[in-house]
Amino acid sequence: MLVITCPVCGVEGEETDFHPGGEAHIARPATTDPENISDEAQRDYLYLRKNPKGVHFERWRCERGCGKWFHAARDTLSLEFLGYYPITETPPEDLIKLADPLWKAHFKKAAKKTTQRKAKS
Amino acid sequence: MKRYSVFSLARNAVNYHKGWERAWRAPDPKKEYDVVIVGAGGHGLATAYYLASQHGITNVAVVEKGWLGGGNTGRNTTIIRSNYLQDPSMAIYELSRSLYEDLSQELNYNIMFSPRGVLMLCQTEHELRAMKRTAHANRLAGTETRMINRAEVKELCPIINDRDDARYPILGAFYQPRGGTARHDAVAWGYARGADDRGVDIIQQCEVTAINTANGKVTGLQTTKGAIKTKKIAVVTAGNTSLVMQMAGVDMPIESVCLQALVSEPIKPVIDVVVMANTVHGYMSQSDKGELVIGGGADGYNNYSQRGSFPSLEHTVTALVQTFPIISRLRMLRLWGGIVDMTGDRSPIISKTDIDGLYVNCGWGTGGFKAIPGSGFVFADLIAKDEPGEIAGAFGLDRFMQGRLVDESIAAAVAH
Repeated sequence: MLVITCPVCGVEGEETDFHPGGEAHIARPATTDPENISDEAQRDYLYLRKNPKGVHFERWRCERGCGKWFHAARDTLSLEFLGYYPITETPPEDLIKLADPLWKAHFKKAAKKTTQRKAKS
Repeated sequence: MKRYSVFSLARNAVNYHKGWERAWRAPDPKKEYDVVIVGAGGHGLATAYYLASQHGITNVAVVEKGWLGGGNTGRNTTIIRSNYLQDPSMAIYELSRSLYEDLSQELNYNIMFSPRGVLMLCQTEHELRAMKRTAHANRLAGTETRMINRAEVKELCPIINDRDDARYPILGAFYQPRGGTARHDAVAWGYARGADDRGVDIIQQCEVTAINTANGKVTGLQTTKGAIKTKKIAVVTAGNTSLVMQMAGVDMPIESVCLQALVSEPIKPVIDVVVMANTVHGYMSQSDKGELVIGGGADGYNNYSQRGSFPSLEHTVTALVQTFPIISRLRMLRLWGGIVDMTGDRSPIISKTDIDGLYVNCGWGTGGFKAIPGSGFVFADLIAKDEPGEIAGAFGLDRFMQGRLVDESIAAAVAH
């Protein structure tokens, strides 16, 4: 049984009070660069999943509470929730440190893209 | 290998059953194999067996981090059926079901295949229509299934709640008379014994720690029992597929979730068919020991722990108590969870990869047991010829790039 705390309204509940929304931080290629979408990028977006054994970053919704979506870091082996952060943000550094190399690489790449975009604008 | 027969049973009986030989050896790994199969579950062992028996490739190792048949092969509800909607699914599951029919004879090992019939209840108008569609599709493909009405359901399964005022009244059922169950452990043991007899090395408690490649080709693998050289590696590790494939740098379209099952205390025979109630999420059959074998839907989140959540069990049991009111006061005896590998379209992956000599068979999700013989048969063919055959071709990894999905997510027995 998972015990989850909603970081938005602060209510604590079990998993039937919340809705799992799957892997977080999956960027839709068409949102950032609609002109150049490769088949690989579209496949990765639709189907490829990191599926780590250990720390995973997910979206959850406070279904029977405030109804808001939020991000959570959860261990897929111990099933423990390690931390929560807002739906618009990337995880804090201390949570990324615990994660799989796949996730670390993901956030490194994402950070690089953001700085490039900022530099352009 | 000494054949099992009524005569060998009699011969050993007079000797207090001290004369039985081990069903398979426990060899140390050799330095090099033609093919190394990772994972000694049903699918991996069947692959090894058919590589040896159909293709004459016997210099094969099956490496397993735990014990053979200790994963999902030993954790399912043993249901065998082939009433799928899409053509490629029907082809592979029907091949599998038909191989099950004479598997005991083929392996000289009693897998206790019991074609007792599988009923899928239709409890809403939508479900009735969807099942009719599947029944028509099955008829076109030559798979024997048919729709039956409520009276026929009641006759096949007298303990079912057929009242009009049920929350989900039974409107009919989608019936596959040739479906049924088999003894799950025996399937793994039978294939292991058959493969071992043909020279395959089954190496248990040997975990793969790395996959070696050079110039885009497989060269070998590292295990807890040392390095093994090989040009072909076949990964058949169900819930752990993403982790093993990651060793070779291949990302998979898979998520691992927990699917649970449970059995009741044993009771006298009350149900001699398999009943699946998809609208309310539960399925049930009775084992030869008398336990009611119960399964339901998978959990909604990733999980590697082989322990599922209590709410999904409660949901399943609630559904089945409504469907079969007589079970309401039965106590449940055991429950267990298996980590299943779910693909986006709920169809398996039987495929080559971008790395030469690396093959993968996974994504069977919640329905792998029924597919063991067929999956092993076509996967062995793919490995031997390095080219997918007609049936495996539809299940390649390339389908995710091409959008050529084999969509069984809506047609699945229980929506997972």
